[in-house]
Amino acid sequence: MSNMELSGIGRTAIAANSGRSSQGSDTAGARAVSKAKLGARGLQLLSWLAPVAVVIIWEWLAQAGWLSPHVLPAPSKVIRTAFKLATTGTLLNDLGVSLLRAVSGFVIGTAVGATLGILVGFSRIAEAAIDRSVQMIRAIPFLAVLPLVIVWLGVGETQKIFLVALGVTFPIYINTVLGIRQVDPKLLELGRVQGLSSLQLIRRIILPGALPSILTGVRYALATAWLALVVAETIGAQSGIGFLAMDAREFLRTDVIVLTIVIYALIGVAADGIARFLERRLLAWHPNYGAAR
Amino acid sequence: MNAHVAALPAASFEAGPAVVVSNLLRSYGSRVVIEKLNLRIERGEFVALLGESGCGKTTLLRALASLDAIQGGRIVAPRRPAVVFQEHRLLPWDNLWRNVSLGLQVPDARERAAEALTEVGLGDRLDDWPRNLSGGQSQRVALARALVQQPELLLLDEPFAALDALTRIRMHELVRELVANHQPGVLLVTHDVDEAIALADRILVMRNGAIAFEHRAVRGGSATISRADLLRELGVVSHSPTS
Ligand SMILES: Nc1ncnc2c1ncn2[C@@H]1O[C@H](COP(=O)(O)OP(=O)(O)OP(=O)(O)O)[C@@H](O)[C@H]1O
Ligand SMILES: [Mg+2]
Repeated sequence: MSNMELSGIGRTAIAANSGRSSQGSDTAGARAVSKAKLGARGLQLLSWLAPVAVVIIWEWLAQAGWLSPHVLPAPSKVIRTAFKLATTGTLLNDLGVSLLRAVSGFVIGTAVGATLGILVGFSRIAEAAIDRSVQMIRAIPFLAVLPLVIVWLGVGETQKIFLVALGVTFPIYINTVLGIRQVDPKLLELGRVQGLSSLQLIRRIILPGALPSILTGVRYALATAWLALVVAETIGAQSGIGFLAMDAREFLRTDVIVLTIVIYALIGVAADGIARFLERRLLAWHPNYGAAR
Repeated sequence: MNAHVAALPAASFEAGPAVVVSNLLRSYGSRVVIEKLNLRIERGEFVALLGESGCGKTTLLRALASLDAIQGGRIVAPRRPAVVFQEHRLLPWDNLWRNVSLGLQVPDARERAAEALTEVGLGDRLDDWPRNLSGGQSQRVALARALVQQPELLLLDEPFAALDALTRIRMHELVRELVANHQPGVLLVTHDVDEAIALADRILVMRNGAIAFEHRAVRGGSATISRADLLRELGVVSHSPTS
């Protein structure tokens, strides 16, 4: 369910984006543009049709008693559970705990990945010293080290934050290096001609040039951070959304389990929305991201 | 527009040289591209450099801009020259005034950029993005970016080659006017013989790694050499009756 919803959103995003960029480049045919815009809106509506239908049919099946509440509770029941847990239970607290883990891990992972990436991107010596090791560690699926992490760090907060940070570091690192390497050498040369200092060169040319790639890394990192969070919280947590789910499993509370799945999905959508907002704001100059002006 | 050029005082090169090149040697590995090249450009002087493709014009210009190391000889320039490349090389993430003021170390950078953009006819586009400009407009911004540095030497490497004929003629007028106002020494690398004749005080032809031919126009006027003579210097035998 959550997957379907997400891929649906992804698709509309692509459709909306292409509509926008064609609006930006096509200044001649105003009528063609408005037509394309109308088409994009229609497609967006259409893309919501299937998810909404699935929820309605699901509710109807549950109401009619064809769907055992132990297998899948009705959507309305999930919503009621959400309200109950939010007002009388620990839902908001658990949500806060989960978000804090995700954000701390993300910040640490981004700091490490970006620092390594900038070092390697700028210096051949740093590349020789660091890159191979990072690439070797990266070859390991980061979840495979989980047992080792538990041995080292136990199942407390540190383990969870570490796992999130680990998942975040690599996409940020790779895309930072890539972004810096891809900066147009002709623009670097221009910077020298205009007499920029090394620091100005970095600030005015290299970082802005690398930013699209870095933000792509941020988006990948959000996806892995979120996956790492789910896995980390499923194992030996005392609080958090994952703990809520595992606790509910013991009592066969499928309504709570479905609720936690939905919450994870919503966090994912929100994170993606933030990433896209950043892209729109920071890459306003870029024909593929920025709003047409 | 031409009024500016006409108003240019006849003897305006008195301010000293913009660059002096002596005995320049420039090679890529064992391949010698420039050898024993001598060149002097005065401030306010407009020099056009012709030469067949691959003879080393860009190599010379890059050496003058100290973008590449040289293997022998001397280049003496009082200050860092400004360069306009064949491509505009605008930073796509900066609006026009930020592009023009790139590297300008003054507190009133925006005002200076605004002045320069006004000079090239884009004073109303300060906050616009480079991607919204046409090729000719982009090249005008690149010119403004070079001139805002108030260079004593302006290096132009085929800056109009990618433009259509009509735009190129407009750019010629603009460049003539800007150079008359700012009085830098100019080295214009071009393939366009007519462009050289129309703009330059002095026309140079490069061959075998050095300056092989020189034609100086009457001061304050434009070049008086015929198109056919120049083409012959460039190794093109012309039977065209237009000359
Ligand atoms: N980076 C380089 N490495 C090796 N050889 C080079 C390099 N750049 C240029 N050359 C060689 O130096 C010679 C001069 O090149 P240059 O680019 O200066 O020619 P040009 O006169 O500007 O030609 P065009 O009119 O086609 O632009 C050519 O033979 C070229 O192959
Ligand atoms: Mg060249």
